[in-house]
Amino acid sequence: MSDPGPSFGGATTPRGRRRRRLGVLFAGLCAAATAVGVLALGVLLTDVALDGLPSLDGDFLVNFGSRIPERAGIKAALAGSVWILTLTALISFPVSVAAAIYLEEYASQNWITRTIQTNIANLAGVPSIVYGILGLALFVRFFRLDRSVLSGALTLSLLIMPVIIMAAQEAIRAVPGTIREAAYGLGATRWQVVRTQVLPSAMPGILTGTILALSRAVGETAPLIMVGAVGYLAFTPAGPMDRFTVLPLQIYNWVSRPQDEFRALAAAGIVVLLLLLLSMNAVAIVLRNRYQTRN
Amino acid sequence: MQANGGAGLSFRRSRDTRERMIGALLFACAAASTLVTIGVVAVLLGETVAFFTQVSVVEFFTGTRWEPMFQEKHFGVLPLLAGSFMVAGGAAAIALPIGLLTAVFLSEYSTAGLRKVLKPVLEILAGIPTVVYGYFALTFVTPLLRSVFPGTDVFNAASASIVVGIMIIPTVSSLSEDALRAVPEALRHGAYGLGATKLEVSTRVVVPAALSGIIASFILAVSRAIGETMAVTIAAGNLPNMTLNPLESIQTMTAYIVQASLGDTPRGTIVYQTLFAVGMTLFLITLAMNILSQWVLSRFREEYE
Repeated sequence: MSDPGPSFGGATTPRGRRRRRLGVLFAGLCAAATAVGVLALGVLLTDVALDGLPSLDGDFLVNFGSRIPERAGIKAALAGSVWILTLTALISFPVSVAAAIYLEEYASQNWITRTIQTNIANLAGVPSIVYGILGLALFVRFFRLDRSVLSGALTLSLLIMPVIIMAAQEAIRAVPGTIREAAYGLGATRWQVVRTQVLPSAMPGILTGTILALSRAVGETAPLIMVGAVGYLAFTPAGPMDRFTVLPLQIYNWVSRPQDEFRALAAAGIVVLLLLLLSMNAVAIVLRNRYQTRN
Repeated sequence: MQANGGAGLSFRRSRDTRERMIGALLFACAAASTLVTIGVVAVLLGETVAFFTQVSVVEFFTGTRWEPMFQEKHFGVLPLLAGSFMVAGGAAAIALPIGLLTAVFLSEYSTAGLRKVLKPVLEILAGIPTVVYGYFALTFVTPLLRSVFPGTDVFNAASASIVVGIMIIPTVSSLSEDALRAVPEALRHGAYGLGATKLEVSTRVVVPAALSGIIASFILAVSRAIGETMAVTIAAGNLPNMTLNPLESIQTMTAYIVQASLGDTPRGTIVYQTLFAVGMTLFLITLAMNILSQWVLSRFREEYE
């Protein structure tokens, strides 16, 4: 596809020259458009790093939020994010993988399967704030879980489950059918085939998809505002029923204050959040590479 | 596995029971996803109906003032709709051309090696938390805008549009590129054989052949922009405002939902119900766009075999 394009008749006529000039112009335009995205990313990351790095020190990680910018830190938010991440993973992973196994290995092609599949695709497109409204009405009010870590984790689980299910389905689909047939031939039951053959081969792909979905959950703010997470907290959650805050929410809290000192804290918080996401993505990439070299 | 005598038979029976139970459990997990949809619709519908017993549907959809927290309340959703569509429109004006041209570059011009680097780099844009875009808009884009247009409000729609536009570039570029690359090489070669230049092949053969995928990516990207919450809440402000001036402060549907839920909104109050009425409006708009996107993809797909 990178061939320069064959020379066409009339390259030396005025019309041919114009066509060629237009071609060069268009190629430049496409390259420039691509550069816009890359540049925007570079400017954004540089801006955040320049603003945030000066405030980022050991104290920032171990201090609680404070009205005095010099003393403010992200201990409560960091702990809250780790709580949310862990609980969300524990809730969403088993259910999503089970759903994906059913759809790929068990379901027959009928209207029920098609409905479930279409529904999952649509759920993936629902704005995150709508999940927040659902979490508020369902978990916080109806099930009386209050503004707890558990309410937040359940809400985010609903949000990322469609993403994990679709990634897991893709990973399961990539397992060669011959492996299944060989196992059936040895007398294995369907569940034995899934447990001993399909899942182990698909697991790296499933885990990659799960980690990427979880990193989306870690960056979410709006649904957690809905379920009542707060921007300022002077303790870390000790259990799933405690109140909590998370990194993005602490950042939002600082961004919305007019003083420059708090803006700097927000930037420092963003650096921590991005580093957390970066390390999660690094794990996902390592898993993906191991998976690709094995097949 | 065992076929000798009664022990084997009872083993087989218990194994079959176990198999059936596992199958049922897996089905329950898959079916639970439909419960989520039912839950969303039920929750939104319940409180929305309660809302409409107090506010007329006509006022909600035609009123031009959104003042649910004032002494004298007004419940016209148009200012919020206008805010959402203004931000989404601005974002689309940025992301659709840039995303499509990026897709053409990656699919038609770039070498395989360059594409392998550029694609994941661009997709980082979609993975950055939206609160970070909000920070970027407020502390970088807005001051820049204010230095060019001194009358710009601190909170303004343009700044939010720009960052949301950047955020959705990968949605357009990735999905469009997939569509462009699915166009068979033979079509390109045929056009080259007729003497077309690369520009002519790209714009008159490849892009039209991939049009369904490109349009679907456009619709999906706009739907994401409408549902975007934190960047617009931080950068565009909280002033429901029917204006066409992007340099003014506005409020989107999503920003209103955040603002209302940050305050004290006891259940049963009209403000609590507005969350659901606005949420329902947002849900229906994005759902319609997502379904439209899937429909375009399946209805107008060109099959090459």
